[in-house]
Amino acid sequence: MNAPVTSFDAVSVAVLSPVARFNLRIAPADLAVASKVFGLTLPTKIGAGVRNGDRAAYCIGPDEWLLHAAEADQTAIMSSFDAARADTPHSITVLSDREIIIGITGPAAIDLLSTCCPLDLSCMAVGGAKRTVFDYAQIVLIRDGDDAFRLEVWRSFFPHVHGLLEIGVRELAVGL
Amino acid sequence: MLLIQCPYCDDALPELEFAYAGEAHIDRPKDPSALSDEEWRDFLFIRSNVKGVHAERWRHINGCGRFFNALRDTVSDRFVTTYKAGEPRPDLSGKEPAQ
Ligand SMILES: [Zn+2]
Repeated sequence: MNAPVTSFDAVSVAVLSPVARFNLRIAPADLAVASKVFGLTLPTKIGAGVRNGDRAAYCIGPDEWLLHAAEADQTAIMSSFDAARADTPHSITVLSDREIIIGITGPAAIDLLSTCCPLDLSCMAVGGAKRTVFDYAQIVLIRDGDDAFRLEVWRSFFPHVHGLLEIGVRELAVGL
Repeated sequence: MLLIQCPYCDDALPELEFAYAGEAHIDRPKDPSALSDEEWRDFLFIRSNVKGVHAERWRHINGCGRFFNALRDTVSDRFVTTYKAGEPRPDLSGKEPAQ
């Protein structure tokens, strides 16, 4: 019953490298402006995502987007949005240090996430993202593949969420 | 698990993502200082406390973040329908009553 977690390859949990992360609020009618500034066509349906290289955009509310980019591009992206603000009102907030991102991969990824996430994850579109809860902590869940997810959680909730994931991996490893 | 249809996400999602936010369609008085104490009390505190189909506000707080309205049967806890904030209360007359 004391199988080491590292020997269990049905699912793995890893803390991923930081990214530049932004929360964008803009009127959907002005979305083309934001797409031009960010260099990526922002999706319009809640839950949908678009990714190109290290840039990604996920629609998480009727007028709300989560943007990812390389850390080195953060200042330039903020300057570009600042320049567009005079003509196109919007708000953009840097969240890069607010959240920690955890990668969950392997055939048992959905089993592990379902221990604490109420969504029917089998229905979630690959490439999309959703804001939801993980044992009452608010998270954003991104689906990169059939069995590959990324979970973004506020820094202060990280020990709780990561601890639950570690326990879940152990439980799956011993066949519970 | 109870699923609630979010009219903005256009999807039925777990109740855990939602928060209840009181009775719907209560307009804030345009000129509060013109109201009597009794009228102001009624605006702040007096609610209809319906037994049956009730119009109420919900917020998809752990999802898209939006407030919306719902018709929910307070006896059966069944959601009859949900609709976007700002839309009128749907007319259920002529339809079958909620189970
Ligand atoms: Zn929603």
